[in-house]
Amino acid sequence: MLKGRHLIDPMDFTVEELETIFDLAEDIIEKPEDYSKSCEGKILATLFYEPSTRTRFSFEAAMMRLGGQVIGFSEPQSSSVSKGESISDTIRTIACYADAAVMRHPKEGAPKVASVFSPIPVINAGDGGHQHPTQTLTDLLTIRRVKGNLNNMTVGVCGDLKFGRTVHSLIKALSRYENINLVLISPEELMIPDYIIEEIIEKKGMTCKQVRTIEEAIAELDILYMTRVQRERFFNEEDYIRLKDFYILDEKKMKLAKEDMIVMHPLPRVNEIAYEVDSDKRAYYFPQAKYGMYVRMALIAKLLGVK
Amino acid sequence: MIKITSIEKGIVIDHITAGLGIEIFKYLKLDNANFSVALIMNVNSKKQGKKDMIKIDNIIEFDVTELGLIDPNVTIITIENGEIIRKSKLTLPAQVENVIKCKNPRCVTSVEKYVDHVFYLVDEEKREYRCKYCDEKTVFKGV
Repeated sequence: MLKGRHLIDPMDFTVEELETIFDLAEDIIEKPEDYSKSCEGKILATLFYEPSTRTRFSFEAAMMRLGGQVIGFSEPQSSSVSKGESISDTIRTIACYADAAVMRHPKEGAPKVASVFSPIPVINAGDGGHQHPTQTLTDLLTIRRVKGNLNNMTVGVCGDLKFGRTVHSLIKALSRYENINLVLISPEELMIPDYIIEEIIEKKGMTCKQVRTIEEAIAELDILYMTRVQRERFFNEEDYIRLKDFYILDEKKMKLAKEDMIVMHPLPRVNEIAYEVDSDKRAYYFPQAKYGMYVRMALIAKLLGVK
Repeated sequence: MIKITSIEKGIVIDHITAGLGIEIFKYLKLDNANFSVALIMNVNSKKQGKKDMIKIDNIIEFDVTELGLIDPNVTIITIENGEIIRKSKLTLPAQVENVIKCKNPRCVTSVEKYVDHVFYLVDEEKREYRCKYCDEKTVFKGV
Protein backbone atom coordinates (compact mmCIF):
# COMPACT_ATOMS: atom_id res chain seq x y z
CA MET A 1 0.00 0.00 0.00
CA LEU A 2 1.64 3.21 -1.13
CA LYS A 3 -1.14 5.66 -0.33
CA GLY A 4 0.03 8.36 2.07
CA ARG A 5 3.69 7.26 2.01
CA HIS A 6 6.76 9.44 1.45
CA LEU A 7 9.51 8.80 -1.09
CA ILE A 8 12.79 10.11 0.30
CA ASP A 9 15.28 7.36 -0.49
CA PRO A 10 15.17 4.97 -3.46
CA MET A 11 15.09 2.10 -0.96
CA ASP A 12 11.93 3.36 0.78
CA PHE A 13 9.83 1.09 -1.41
CA THR A 14 10.25 -2.64 -1.83
CA VAL A 15 10.99 -4.16 -5.22
CA GLU A 16 7.37 -5.38 -5.31
CA GLU A 17 6.06 -1.89 -4.55
CA LEU A 18 8.27 -0.47 -7.30
CA GLU A 19 6.87 -3.05 -9.69
CA THR A 20 3.34 -1.81 -9.00
CA ILE A 21 4.48 1.73 -9.88
CA PHE A 22 6.18 0.54 -13.07
CA ASP A 23 3.13 -1.52 -14.05
CA LEU A 24 0.93 1.53 -13.60
CA ALA A 25 3.40 3.71 -15.53
CA GLU A 26 3.35 1.22 -18.41
CA ASP A 27 -0.43 1.28 -18.42
CA ILE A 28 -0.42 5.09 -18.45
CA ILE A 29 1.99 5.03 -21.41
CA GLU A 30 -0.38 2.71 -23.29
CA LYS A 31 -3.65 4.44 -22.35
CA PRO A 32 -2.94 8.00 -21.13
CA GLU A 33 -6.56 9.05 -21.73
CA ASP A 34 -7.74 6.63 -19.02
CA TYR A 35 -5.82 8.63 -16.43
CA SER A 36 -6.47 12.19 -17.59
CA LYS A 37 -8.91 12.86 -14.73
CA SER A 38 -7.36 10.67 -12.03
CA CYS A 39 -6.20 13.64 -9.94
CA GLU A 40 -9.10 15.99 -10.60
CA GLY A 41 -9.56 18.17 -7.50
CA LYS A 42 -6.08 17.32 -6.17
CA ILE A 43 -3.19 19.77 -5.74
CA LEU A 44 0.52 19.04 -5.87
CA ALA A 45 2.92 21.53 -4.22
CA THR A 46 6.35 21.87 -5.82
CA LEU A 47 8.84 23.34 -3.34
CA PHE A 48 12.04 24.01 -5.24
CA TYR A 49 14.69 25.59 -3.03
CA GLU A 50 17.22 25.11 -5.82
CA PRO A 51 16.85 25.75 -9.57
CA SER A 52 15.59 22.88 -11.67
CA THR A 53 13.95 22.81 -15.05
CA ARG A 54 13.32 19.25 -16.07
CA THR A 55 12.50 17.71 -12.70
CA ARG A 56 10.05 20.47 -11.82
CA PHE A 57 8.49 20.50 -15.29
CA SER A 58 8.31 16.71 -15.24
CA PHE A 59 6.40 16.72 -11.93
CA GLU A 60 4.15 19.58 -12.99
CA ALA A 61 3.40 17.98 -16.37
CA ALA A 62 2.76 14.66 -14.60
CA MET A 63 0.21 16.22 -12.25
CA MET A 64 -1.46 18.19 -15.03
CA ARG A 65 -1.73 15.10 -17.24
CA LEU A 66 -3.49 13.40 -14.33
CA GLY A 67 -6.02 16.25 -14.26
CA GLY A 68 -4.63 17.77 -11.06
CA GLN A 69 -3.28 21.22 -10.32
CA VAL A 70 0.05 22.55 -9.14
CA ILE A 71 1.14 25.29 -6.74
CA GLY A 72 4.64 26.10 -5.52
CA PHE A 73 7.81 28.08 -5.94
CA SER A 74 10.82 27.56 -8.15
CA GLU A 75 13.27 29.57 -6.10
CA PRO A 76 13.18 30.27 -2.36
CA GLN A 77 13.53 34.06 -2.84
CA SER A 78 9.95 34.16 -4.07
CA SER A 79 8.55 32.49 -0.95
CA SER A 80 8.38 32.95 2.82
CA VAL A 81 11.54 30.85 2.99
CA SER A 82 13.42 34.08 2.23
CA LYS A 83 11.99 35.42 5.50
CA GLY A 84 13.72 32.61 7.33
CA GLU A 85 10.86 30.13 7.63
CA SER A 86 11.89 26.64 8.69
CA ILE A 87 11.28 23.55 6.58
CA SER A 88 8.99 22.14 9.27
CA ASP A 89 6.78 25.25 9.23
CA THR A 90 6.76 25.48 5.43
CA ILE A 91 5.66 21.88 4.96
CA ARG A 92 2.98 22.04 7.65
CA THR A 93 1.57 25.19 6.06
CA ILE A 94 1.70 23.78 2.54
CA ALA A 95 -0.04 20.64 3.80
CA CYS A 96 -3.06 22.83 4.61
CA TYR A 97 -3.41 23.60 0.90
CA ALA A 98 -2.01 20.67 -1.07
CA ASP A 99 -2.47 16.89 -1.19
CA ALA A 100 1.19 16.02 -1.80
CA ALA A 101 4.49 17.92 -1.91
CA VAL A 102 7.60 17.61 -4.03
CA MET A 103 10.78 19.08 -2.58
CA ARG A 104 14.17 19.88 -4.04
CA HIS A 105 16.66 21.37 -1.61
CA PRO A 106 20.42 22.03 -1.64
CA LYS A 107 20.82 20.63 1.88
CA GLU A 108 21.16 16.88 2.25
CA GLY A 109 18.30 15.35 4.21
CA ALA A 110 15.95 18.36 3.87
CA PRO A 111 13.07 16.32 2.36
CA LYS A 112 13.56 13.79 5.16
CA VAL A 113 13.05 16.57 7.70
CA ALA A 114 9.93 17.67 5.81
CA SER A 115 8.58 14.12 5.83
CA VAL A 116 8.98 13.90 9.62
CA PHE A 117 6.65 16.89 10.06
CA SER A 118 4.35 16.42 7.09
CA PRO A 119 0.83 14.99 7.18
CA ILE A 120 0.86 14.71 3.35
CA PRO A 121 3.19 12.60 1.16
CA VAL A 122 6.59 14.21 0.53
CA ILE A 123 8.58 13.29 -2.56
CA ASN A 124 12.30 14.00 -2.62
CA ALA A 125 13.15 15.66 -5.94
CA GLY A 126 16.86 15.87 -5.11
CA ASP A 127 18.66 16.88 -1.91
CA GLY A 128 22.14 18.25 -2.60
CA GLY A 129 24.52 15.51 -3.66
CA HIS A 130 22.59 12.93 -1.69
CA GLN A 131 19.54 11.24 -3.24
CA HIS A 132 17.26 11.70 -6.23
CA PRO A 133 14.82 8.80 -6.01
CA THR A 134 12.43 9.78 -8.79
CA GLN A 135 15.35 9.91 -11.21
CA THR A 136 16.06 6.37 -10.07
CA LEU A 137 12.46 5.38 -10.77
CA THR A 138 12.87 6.97 -14.20
CA ASP A 139 16.05 5.01 -14.83
CA LEU A 140 14.58 1.72 -13.69
CA LEU A 141 11.43 2.15 -15.77
CA THR A 142 13.55 3.01 -18.83
CA ILE A 143 15.68 -0.12 -18.38
CA ARG A 144 12.58 -2.26 -17.81
CA ARG A 145 10.83 -0.83 -20.89
CA VAL A 146 13.82 -1.32 -23.16
CA LYS A 147 15.37 -4.50 -21.76
CA GLY A 148 12.21 -6.21 -20.53
CA ASN A 149 13.46 -6.71 -16.97
CA LEU A 150 15.96 -5.45 -14.40
CA ASN A 151 18.11 -8.54 -13.86
CA ASN A 152 21.23 -9.99 -15.52
CA MET A 153 22.87 -6.86 -16.86
CA THR A 154 26.26 -5.21 -17.14
CA VAL A 155 25.78 -1.55 -16.32
CA GLY A 156 28.49 1.05 -16.89
CA VAL A 157 28.20 4.35 -15.06
CA CYS A 158 30.47 7.08 -16.31
CA GLY A 159 31.53 10.56 -15.24
CA ASP A 160 31.07 12.18 -11.88
CA LEU A 161 30.58 9.21 -9.60
CA LYS A 162 31.66 11.13 -6.51
CA PHE A 163 29.01 13.85 -6.36
CA GLY A 164 26.51 12.33 -8.79
CA ARG A 165 23.46 11.60 -6.69
CA THR A 166 21.66 9.91 -9.59
CA VAL A 167 24.44 7.36 -9.79
CA HIS A 168 24.42 6.68 -6.04
CA SER A 169 20.67 6.17 -6.04
CA LEU A 170 20.77 3.99 -9.16
CA ILE A 171 23.46 1.70 -7.76
CA LYS A 172 21.52 1.38 -4.51
CA ALA A 173 18.37 0.46 -6.41
CA LEU A 174 20.11 -1.98 -8.78
CA SER A 175 21.68 -3.78 -5.81
CA ARG A 176 18.30 -5.40 -5.18
CA TYR A 177 18.18 -7.09 -8.57
CA GLU A 178 19.93 -10.28 -9.62
CA ASN A 179 23.22 -10.61 -11.40
CA ILE A 180 24.05 -6.95 -11.95
CA ASN A 181 27.65 -6.32 -12.99
CA LEU A 182 28.81 -2.77 -12.46
CA VAL A 183 31.56 -1.01 -14.35
CA LEU A 184 32.48 2.31 -12.76
CA ILE A 185 34.13 4.69 -15.20
CA SER A 186 35.54 7.86 -13.65
CA PRO A 187 38.68 9.95 -13.20
CA GLU A 188 40.45 9.35 -9.89
CA GLU A 189 39.16 12.64 -8.45
CA LEU A 190 35.54 11.70 -9.10
CA MET A 191 35.57 8.07 -8.03
CA ILE A 192 32.58 6.63 -6.25
CA PRO A 193 32.60 7.21 -2.45
CA ASP A 194 33.92 4.35 -0.34
CA TYR A 195 30.65 3.92 1.48
CA ILE A 196 28.83 3.01 -1.75
CA ILE A 197 31.47 0.32 -2.39
CA GLU A 198 31.55 -0.98 1.18
CA GLU A 199 27.91 -0.77 2.17
CA ILE A 200 26.12 -1.43 -1.09
CA ILE A 201 28.28 -3.05 -3.73
CA GLU A 202 30.26 -5.36 -1.42
CA LYS A 203 27.46 -6.10 1.04
CA LYS A 204 25.02 -7.00 -1.72
CA GLY A 205 27.64 -9.06 -3.53
CA MET A 206 27.48 -7.10 -6.78
CA THR A 207 30.39 -7.61 -9.11
CA CYS A 208 32.15 -4.37 -9.83
CA LYS A 209 35.23 -3.05 -11.56
CA GLN A 210 36.62 0.44 -11.83
CA VAL A 211 38.21 1.73 -15.03
CA ARG A 212 39.44 5.09 -16.32
CA THR A 213 38.25 5.07 -19.95
CA ILE A 214 35.02 4.36 -21.78
CA GLU A 215 36.90 2.44 -24.48
CA GLU A 216 38.14 -0.28 -22.15
CA ALA A 217 34.64 -1.13 -20.95
CA ILE A 218 32.04 -0.21 -23.57
CA ALA A 219 32.09 -3.51 -25.50
CA GLU A 220 30.79 -5.51 -22.53
CA LEU A 221 28.03 -3.11 -21.47
CA ASP A 222 24.28 -3.58 -21.79
CA ILE A 223 23.71 -0.08 -20.45
CA LEU A 224 25.98 2.95 -20.47
CA TYR A 225 24.79 5.56 -18.00
CA MET A 226 26.52 8.87 -18.68
CA THR A 227 26.57 11.73 -16.18
CA ARG A 228 27.56 15.37 -16.27
CA VAL A 229 30.41 16.77 -14.21
CA GLN A 230 28.47 19.25 -12.09
CA ARG A 231 29.99 22.70 -11.71
CA GLU A 232 27.82 23.44 -8.65
CA ARG A 233 29.39 20.59 -6.63
CA PHE A 234 32.93 21.97 -6.92
CA PHE A 235 34.45 24.38 -4.43
CA ASN A 236 37.28 25.06 -6.87
CA GLU A 237 36.62 26.27 -10.44
CA GLU A 238 40.02 25.05 -11.64
CA ASP A 239 39.18 21.45 -10.72
CA TYR A 240 35.88 21.71 -12.56
CA ILE A 241 37.52 23.03 -15.74
CA ARG A 242 40.14 20.28 -15.62
CA LEU A 243 37.56 17.50 -15.26
CA LYS A 244 34.49 18.68 -17.17
CA ASP A 245 35.49 17.24 -20.53
CA PHE A 246 37.21 14.13 -19.20
CA TYR A 247 34.67 11.90 -20.99
CA ILE A 248 33.00 12.53 -24.32
CA LEU A 249 30.94 9.73 -25.82
CA ASP A 250 31.06 9.99 -29.61
CA GLU A 251 30.29 7.86 -32.67
CA LYS A 252 33.75 6.34 -32.69
CA LYS A 253 33.30 4.95 -29.19
CA MET A 254 29.73 3.85 -29.96
CA LYS A 255 31.13 1.64 -32.75
CA LEU A 256 32.79 -0.47 -30.04
CA ALA A 257 29.49 -1.07 -28.24
CA LYS A 258 26.97 -3.89 -28.58
CA GLU A 259 24.10 -3.43 -31.02
CA ASP A 260 21.57 -3.53 -28.20
CA MET A 261 23.47 -1.46 -25.64
CA ILE A 262 21.52 1.62 -24.61
CA VAL A 263 22.90 5.02 -23.62
CA MET A 264 21.16 6.78 -20.75
CA HIS A 265 21.72 10.18 -19.17
CA PRO A 266 19.73 11.98 -16.47
CA LEU A 267 20.16 15.27 -18.41
CA PRO A 268 21.05 18.06 -18.76
CA ARG A 269 24.14 17.13 -20.74
CA VAL A 270 26.98 19.50 -21.38
CA ASN A 271 29.75 17.96 -23.48
CA GLU A 272 29.80 14.35 -22.30
CA ILE A 273 27.66 13.03 -25.18
CA ALA A 274 28.46 14.40 -28.64
CA TYR A 275 25.39 15.54 -30.58
CA GLU A 276 26.25 13.04 -33.33
CA VAL A 277 25.24 10.25 -30.94
CA ASP A 278 21.65 11.58 -30.72
CA SER A 279 20.68 9.96 -34.01
CA ASP A 280 22.01 6.55 -32.93
CA LYS A 281 19.09 4.21 -32.17
CA ARG A 282 20.84 3.25 -28.93
CA ALA A 283 20.58 6.81 -27.58
CA TYR A 284 17.76 6.65 -25.05
CA TYR A 285 18.18 9.81 -22.99
CA PHE A 286 15.22 11.67 -24.47
CA PRO A 287 12.78 8.72 -24.21
CA GLN A 288 14.18 8.35 -20.67
CA ALA A 289 13.07 11.93 -19.87
CA LYS A 290 9.60 11.06 -21.14
CA TYR A 291 9.45 7.89 -19.05
CA GLY A 292 10.38 10.13 -16.13
CA MET A 293 7.13 11.99 -16.52
CA TYR A 294 5.11 8.76 -16.78
CA VAL A 295 6.74 7.22 -13.74
CA ARG A 296 6.05 10.41 -11.77
CA MET A 297 2.41 10.22 -12.88
CA ALA A 298 2.26 6.66 -11.55
CA LEU A 299 4.01 7.67 -8.33
CA ILE A 300 1.68 10.61 -7.65
CA ALA A 301 -1.37 8.43 -8.39
CA LYS A 302 -0.13 5.73 -6.00
CA LEU A 303 0.76 8.12 -3.16
CA LEU A 304 -2.59 9.86 -3.48
CA GLY A 305 -4.42 6.55 -3.76
CA VAL A 306 -6.31 7.55 -6.91
CA LYS A 307 -7.28 5.24 -9.77
CA MET B 1 47.12 -5.26 43.43
CA ILE B 2 45.97 -2.20 45.35
CA LYS B 3 43.28 -3.07 47.86
CA ILE B 4 40.10 -1.06 47.60
CA THR B 5 37.46 -1.62 50.25
CA SER B 6 34.33 -3.32 49.08
CA ILE B 7 31.15 -1.39 48.46
CA GLU B 8 27.97 -1.74 50.56
CA LYS B 9 25.79 0.18 48.17
CA GLY B 10 27.03 1.49 44.86
CA ILE B 11 28.18 0.82 41.32
CA VAL B 12 31.22 -0.86 39.86
CA ILE B 13 32.03 -0.12 36.25
CA ASP B 14 34.14 -3.07 35.19
CA HIS B 15 35.94 -4.24 32.04
CA ILE B 16 36.71 -0.70 30.92
CA THR B 17 39.20 -0.72 28.06
CA ALA B 18 42.55 0.30 29.58
CA GLY B 19 42.99 4.05 29.16
CA LEU B 20 39.30 4.85 28.87
CA GLY B 21 38.68 4.83 32.64
CA ILE B 22 39.67 8.47 32.92
CA GLU B 23 37.28 9.36 30.05
CA ILE B 24 34.37 7.69 31.83
CA PHE B 25 35.46 9.24 35.14
CA LYS B 26 35.30 12.68 33.53
CA TYR B 27 32.07 11.95 31.67
CA LEU B 28 30.35 10.95 34.95
CA LYS B 29 31.81 14.09 36.59
CA LEU B 30 33.17 11.96 39.42
CA ASP B 31 35.83 14.53 40.22
CA ASN B 32 33.02 16.54 41.80
CA ALA B 33 31.63 13.61 43.80
CA ASN B 34 31.04 13.99 47.55
CA PHE B 35 31.15 10.21 48.08
CA SER B 36 34.00 7.70 47.76
CA VAL B 37 35.12 6.93 44.24
CA ALA B 38 38.03 4.81 43.06
CA LEU B 39 39.46 4.86 39.56
CA ILE B 40 41.73 1.87 39.15
CA MET B 41 43.86 1.76 36.04
CA ASN B 42 45.75 -1.00 34.27
CA VAL B 43 44.36 -3.86 36.35
CA ASN B 44 45.49 -7.27 35.10
CA SER B 45 42.66 -9.00 33.29
CA LYS B 46 42.51 -12.52 31.85
CA LYS B 47 40.11 -11.43 29.13
CA GLN B 48 41.44 -7.99 28.29
CA GLY B 49 45.10 -8.16 29.33
CA LYS B 50 44.75 -4.79 31.07
CA LYS B 51 41.57 -3.04 32.07
CA ASP B 52 40.36 -0.03 34.05
CA MET B 53 37.68 -0.10 36.75
CA ILE B 54 35.67 2.51 38.61
CA LYS B 55 34.11 1.86 42.00
CA ILE B 56 31.46 4.33 43.13
CA ASP B 57 30.27 4.25 46.70
CA ASN B 58 26.81 5.49 45.78
CA ILE B 59 23.99 4.69 43.34
CA ILE B 60 24.14 7.34 40.66
CA GLU B 61 22.13 7.71 37.50
CA PHE B 62 23.69 8.16 34.09
CA ASP B 63 22.94 7.63 30.41
CA VAL B 64 24.13 4.14 29.52
CA THR B 65 23.71 4.97 25.81
CA GLU B 66 26.40 7.62 25.98
CA LEU B 67 28.56 5.42 28.18
CA GLY B 68 28.24 2.70 25.54
CA LEU B 69 29.61 5.14 22.99
CA ILE B 70 32.69 5.83 25.09
CA ASP B 71 33.33 2.15 25.66
CA PRO B 72 30.87 -0.57 24.60
CA ASN B 73 32.94 -3.23 26.45
CA VAL B 74 32.08 -2.17 29.99
CA THR B 75 29.99 -4.06 32.53
CA ILE B 76 27.88 -2.14 35.04
CA ILE B 77 27.53 -3.92 38.39
CA THR B 78 25.01 -2.60 40.88
CA ILE B 79 25.58 -3.48 44.54
CA GLU B 80 23.16 -3.24 47.44
CA ASN B 81 23.74 -4.50 51.01
CA GLY B 82 27.16 -5.70 49.84
CA GLU B 83 25.60 -8.02 47.24
CA ILE B 84 25.50 -7.80 43.46
CA ILE B 85 21.90 -7.21 42.49
CA ARG B 86 22.40 -6.47 38.80
CA LYS B 87 25.07 -6.95 36.16
CA SER B 88 24.58 -5.46 32.76
CA LYS B 89 26.84 -5.48 29.77
CA LEU B 90 26.79 -2.44 27.55
CA THR B 91 26.55 -2.57 23.79
CA LEU B 92 26.72 0.13 21.19
CA PRO B 93 23.29 1.75 20.93
CA ALA B 94 21.44 1.14 17.67
CA GLN B 95 20.51 4.81 17.52
CA VAL B 96 21.75 7.93 19.32
CA GLU B 97 20.05 11.28 19.53
CA ASN B 98 21.70 14.63 20.18
CA VAL B 99 24.93 13.11 21.47
CA ILE B 100 27.07 14.61 18.74
CA LYS B 101 26.34 16.92 15.83
CA CYS B 102 26.60 16.01 12.17
CA LYS B 103 29.81 17.51 10.76
CA ASN B 104 28.68 17.52 7.12
CA PRO B 105 28.31 21.22 6.15
CA ARG B 106 25.80 20.18 3.48
CA CYS B 107 23.57 18.38 6.01
CA VAL B 108 20.16 19.91 6.69
CA THR B 109 20.88 19.81 10.42
CA SER B 110 23.51 22.54 9.86
CA VAL B 111 20.74 25.05 9.04
CA GLU B 112 17.54 23.69 10.62
CA LYS B 113 18.61 24.04 14.24
CA TYR B 114 15.49 22.47 15.80
CA VAL B 115 16.13 19.12 14.11
CA ASP B 116 17.47 16.39 16.40
CA HIS B 117 20.89 15.04 15.47
CA VAL B 118 20.13 11.37 15.00
CA PHE B 119 22.70 8.73 14.13
CA TYR B 120 22.11 5.02 13.53
CA LEU B 121 24.62 2.21 13.90
CA VAL B 122 25.81 0.67 10.62
CA ASP B 123 28.95 -1.24 11.66
CA GLU B 124 29.36 -2.39 15.24
CA GLU B 125 32.92 -3.59 14.80
CA LYS B 126 34.15 -0.32 13.33
CA ARG B 127 31.78 1.67 15.64
CA GLU B 128 30.43 3.48 12.60
CA TYR B 129 27.26 5.51 12.66
CA ARG B 130 25.46 7.38 9.90
CA CYS B 131 23.45 10.57 10.09
CA LYS B 132 19.74 9.83 9.67
CA TYR B 133 19.39 12.76 7.28
CA CYS B 134 22.50 12.96 5.09
CA ASP B 135 24.13 9.52 5.66
CA GLU B 136 27.43 11.14 6.69
CA LYS B 137 29.62 8.59 8.45
CA THR B 138 30.87 9.14 12.00
CA VAL B 139 33.08 6.94 14.12
CA PHE B 140 32.50 7.42 17.84
CA LYS B 141 35.70 7.64 19.83
CA GLY B 142 34.26 9.36 22.82
CA VAL B 143 31.46 11.74 23.64
